[in-house]
Amino acid sequence: MSLEEYKDFSSLVSPERVHKACYSDEGVFEQELNKIFYKSWIYVGHESQVPNPGDYWTTWIGRERVILCRSEDAQVHVLYNRCPHRGTLICNNLHGNARKAFRCPYHAWQFNLDGSLRNMPMKQGYEGIIDLKDPQLQMKRAARQATYRGFVFASLSDEGEGLDEWLGSGGRAAFDDICNRSPEGECEIVMNCFRIIQHSNWKIFLENQLDAVHPSITHHSTGDAAAQQQQVFKQKTGQEPPIGYQFLADFTLPYEKWDSLDTIGYPHGHTVLAGYMGLRPRDPITLAHEAVLEEAYGAERMEEILSTNVHHVLVYPCLSVQPALQQLRAVRPLAADKTLTEIWHFKLKGVPEGVYERSLAYYYHVNSPSTMVNADDLNNFRACQDGLSLQGGGDWVSFHRNYGQDPINGGVTTSVTGMSEQPMRNMFAAWKKYMSA
Amino acid sequence: MSKHNSLQVSDKTQREIENFLYLQAEVLDERRWEEWLDLFGEEGIYWMPASGEQETGEGQPNIFYEDYHLMSMRIRRVEHPYAHSQTAGHRTSHVVSNVMIQHEDESSGEVLVTSRFHMVEYRLDDQRYFGGKYTHQLRNSGSGYKIILQRVDLVNVEGPFDYVMQVWV
Repeated sequence: MSLEEYKDFSSLVSPERVHKACYSDEGVFEQELNKIFYKSWIYVGHESQVPNPGDYWTTWIGRERVILCRSEDAQVHVLYNRCPHRGTLICNNLHGNARKAFRCPYHAWQFNLDGSLRNMPMKQGYEGIIDLKDPQLQMKRAARQATYRGFVFASLSDEGEGLDEWLGSGGRAAFDDICNRSPEGECEIVMNCFRIIQHSNWKIFLENQLDAVHPSITHHSTGDAAAQQQQVFKQKTGQEPPIGYQFLADFTLPYEKWDSLDTIGYPHGHTVLAGYMGLRPRDPITLAHEAVLEEAYGAERMEEILSTNVHHVLVYPCLSVQPALQQLRAVRPLAADKTLTEIWHFKLKGVPEGVYERSLAYYYHVNSPSTMVNADDLNNFRACQDGLSLQGGGDWVSFHRNYGQDPINGGVTTSVTGMSEQPMRNMFAAWKKYMSA
Repeated sequence: MSKHNSLQVSDKTQREIENFLYLQAEVLDERRWEEWLDLFGEEGIYWMPASGEQETGEGQPNIFYEDYHLMSMRIRRVEHPYAHSQTAGHRTSHVVSNVMIQHEDESSGEVLVTSRFHMVEYRLDDQRYFGGKYTHQLRNSGSGYKIILQRVDLVNVEGPFDYVMQVWV
């Protein structure tokens, strides 16, 4: 099948294989924007990103540019970043504070922080022509907006499930598992966004996040380097190396270890990969963390919270969350072959200071622009994209590993092994449903 | 840090410092990793903040914040035979200029020096450009200068990064 021949999207996806056009074809990509990114809920930001009235951050929903902001009545809003007059981007910076009003840089139309028109110069030019209270003259709001435990989502469609229902237990787990680790049940964003461009389709990144076969291969060099340096560190200093070394050394766990992990596929493509990092050592920081949680929730609940062992939660199609390490990567598809990731991490409220060190170490070693981990991932993603863009050489991508062996129970799919390609099959089942709607 | 003209120092000191910075750029471009490590004092730190406003790298996000051990780890990784994103060739060329000595403490042998750099990097048929400011805190303990702290402020520090940085800039 050539890229032009497909008629409907369902023909591109079978349970165990998908057509390369899903990754490389701009026509498919345009439809993904319309049918997935403009229909589902998309993560916009965290409430603590805009603590004060006038604070704003700009980001993307698909190719639409939006503003997350807070108004003087403390409400959080998601607005299109577009002046209704001539269409100008109103906020041209990544973030800032607009004081009492957004002001278009072109003709100084001013908007209240909820998007309503506030003022403009020489209003008399519109007298008797147009009613300045017309909603068409406001900064348009996202059709729907909802927040789950401080994490703000928006949908550009009036229709569809509410956020809680859409997230389901799988998606909600991402945020519950972050917030529950705080005795106050809350987290706070660290005001730093690393943005990294991938020269590859957005789905390649999401698939990689739950691909337990690749780490020992892709990250072999980094895992080895970290493990060797751990030994040198111990010899030279007589001390245990910082935990970040172990985060990196863990990438070269033997296949058997990866194979023993669980993956769980939920409706709408949300997918979980169970944890493998020993994040509950018996060091003083962990013990102090246990103590504050026990005081807040009791021993039994504390045990339940801290033994939750999830490495990745994908909130399809827009987020990869690592709750135990309090970080997330938001996925912003810019073209079939270009994806922006916005990478954030969080502090748990009310926990000992040392707990943050782990989160920060992971943010540095895995997620910063100097990462030795994603250096090799991004190289693979680009190589995949380039290969999938070829006309010849084959048409299909294989997701056959452990196909037909995934137990399904009440709409939730588990895997027989951690290395099963069940997560990819689960995401593409959701993709097919969205694209066929 | 001085916001005025750079300190008047002897031509000899100025030349020594300039030569040190040129050597560091050359060593980096030629991937002479052991010499690179040797330019740093035992407690030396290579630091690229995540924001120009950062006053310390401790306890907050950074783009690079590496001591001897983390730099050694990075060297092990780029020299590893399975570091596949290095196999396509990864070359850089640095130019360092505008070398201004901001402070000199003769009793401790410490010098604070700022400079500007331009760097091009080639990898996988692509060329990228980086530019910015170096701030070197150096100490001369008799046998030549060592880096106590090298701060690197990228011009595009808060911008989106097209790919990542595998080695120091």
